[in-house]
Amino acid sequence: MASSGANRWPSNSPGGRISDEQAARLRERARFVRLETIRLISIAKVGHYSSVFSCAEIFSVLYYDTMKLRQGEPAWPDRDRFLMGKGHAAVGQFPILADLGYFDKSWLDDYTRLGSPLGDHPDMRKVPGVDFSSGSIGHALSNGVGMALGGRFQNQDFNVFVLLGDGEMQEGQVWEAALSAASHRLSKLVAIIDRNGYQLDGKVDDVVAIEPLDEKWRAFGWDVHEVDGHDVAALANLLRAVKADSAREKPCCIIARTVKGKGIDYMETEPGWHLGYLAPEDEALAREAILAGAQ
Amino acid sequence: MNRALNPESWQYRELNKRAPSLATLANTLIELAEAGHPVVAGTADLQHSNGLIGFARRFPERFTQFGISEQNMVSAAAGMATTGVMPYVATFASFLALLCCEQIRMDVAYCAQPVRLIGHHTGISLGFYGTSHHATEDIAIMRSIADLTVVSPADGPQFAAALRASVNHPQPIYFRIARGHDPVLYADDAPFEFGKAVVHGIGADLTIIACGMPVHPAKAAMEALNKKGHSVGLIDMHTIKPLDREAVMAAARKSRIVLTVEEHNVLGGLGGAVAEVMAEEGGGARLVRHGIKDEFSLIAPPTHLYRHYQLDAAGIESVAQSLLA
Repeated sequence: MASSGANRWPSNSPGGRISDEQAARLRERARFVRLETIRLISIAKVGHYSSVFSCAEIFSVLYYDTMKLRQGEPAWPDRDRFLMGKGHAAVGQFPILADLGYFDKSWLDDYTRLGSPLGDHPDMRKVPGVDFSSGSIGHALSNGVGMALGGRFQNQDFNVFVLLGDGEMQEGQVWEAALSAASHRLSKLVAIIDRNGYQLDGKVDDVVAIEPLDEKWRAFGWDVHEVDGHDVAALANLLRAVKADSAREKPCCIIARTVKGKGIDYMETEPGWHLGYLAPEDEALAREAILAGAQ
Repeated sequence: MNRALNPESWQYRELNKRAPSLATLANTLIELAEAGHPVVAGTADLQHSNGLIGFARRFPERFTQFGISEQNMVSAAAGMATTGVMPYVATFASFLALLCCEQIRMDVAYCAQPVRLIGHHTGISLGFYGTSHHATEDIAIMRSIADLTVVSPADGPQFAAALRASVNHPQPIYFRIARGHDPVLYADDAPFEFGKAVVHGIGADLTIIACGMPVHPAKAAMEALNKKGHSVGLIDMHTIKPLDREAVMAAARKSRIVLTVEEHNVLGGLGGAVAEVMAEEGGGARLVRHGIKDEFSLIAPPTHLYRHYQLDAAGIESVAQSLLA
């Protein structure tokens, strides 16, 4: 748990499965991410609700179960790293970083205001806990390749998790990085694709088709797993197993099948909610929907 | 075919034998790594062209071959730097500064990572390989990126000195270097400081401000003109950013004419940087910018191009002479 400050990785049973209680806690943290996202966007009056809602469980599982972190020590050298190609989901990451004690929670109250460290995209120079800045889609996997190589040069034992958007698969640099990671056998590198199916201009596969995604990553030399990206137990168990697999020589790609806008019915069916604003009465109803949701 | 090849024949992997100064980069990085600095290096399928093969052989565990993926290399170098190493990554300047401009801006400079970018074979030094391989815009692009130091050494010893100085330089650096055939101007122990120009003289009539390869021929031009009775000086402005404004203004106040000379478009490069300072500070000297006059360079062997664009000693002397008349 975040407040424990301990390494949450169960080192005595590295491949172990999470308990029902742990799963419930991870679902609660995903709700926290969604609720805080709504609150922060109400300050900015525009933001990427649905991009966060598709990866809220991924955030929750990584930060509260998978990653080796220390409460209040964002620069701990041995920590696992997290990078986001889809940097526009940072509004959902910031509340977690505050919750981990990386900066004062009051920072959140001034989200996007003049002089705030917290903007629409994560900035490592301003926000403790952001392992690498992002905003230009397509760079993050390369940044992660570099971190994994750096860890190898320095004999440091950390994992690098890179969350990629599915629209991001259209960026050529992703595939340069994919080739490079496999060629250099970066087994500490894990890419998670938030396969929510939408990008700004419509359905990903209508804009520029990316399937068959699993075959592409396999052909590029990666281990590939698919998972329901909203099932915290499945995600957590998979990530635990991936992390515990010390015999693996390949980098690992997890295709997380998700729903853009998950938790708010009209966002789930209208891709225009990639960017938007909820007026106070709609915001209140959205909060209720999230609290009432099964996830 | 069993016959031994004529000694005049050669292939790519023998480049180092043909241009020994190509080894400057690798040898200096080896020296720094052996001294305990956390130097790592990488290239994009050009390990013989930039000589990093030498570093790769000495420190294979510190070398990354990225293949033909320059953007991935730059972004990965920035990621690497976050773990505490100091990456030196090298490829042709045309690809590094133009193809990877956005990765340099976002991942290296904006993220304040101590990456050292080495753009080699810059300017028109790749001769008949053509415009795709020429870099006559890299200074303009790189110097407009915040927090990025931009350095254009005049020769191998100055490049080595700059590399040695780089281990204590907190900011990311773009090095713009030639192809390893440059004549040597400086002694191995010549002092070097980022942002501090080397003043070879301030002329009452004219002072040349040059950077990179043209510094050597500019010095020859200066000496020839002084022998003819003119008062001509030379400033080697090896660091284009941060620019040594004091050195510029020393020339602008004491010389009648300031002539910038660069292997680069006259727009936005060294001439542009000097023009900005002189426009802001005044000083009274006339400024003339000499270089590539906003055109795509022609195809020819490098020496022919330098002659055509008046970037050799005779050409620089001729340009200066016409201003002094």
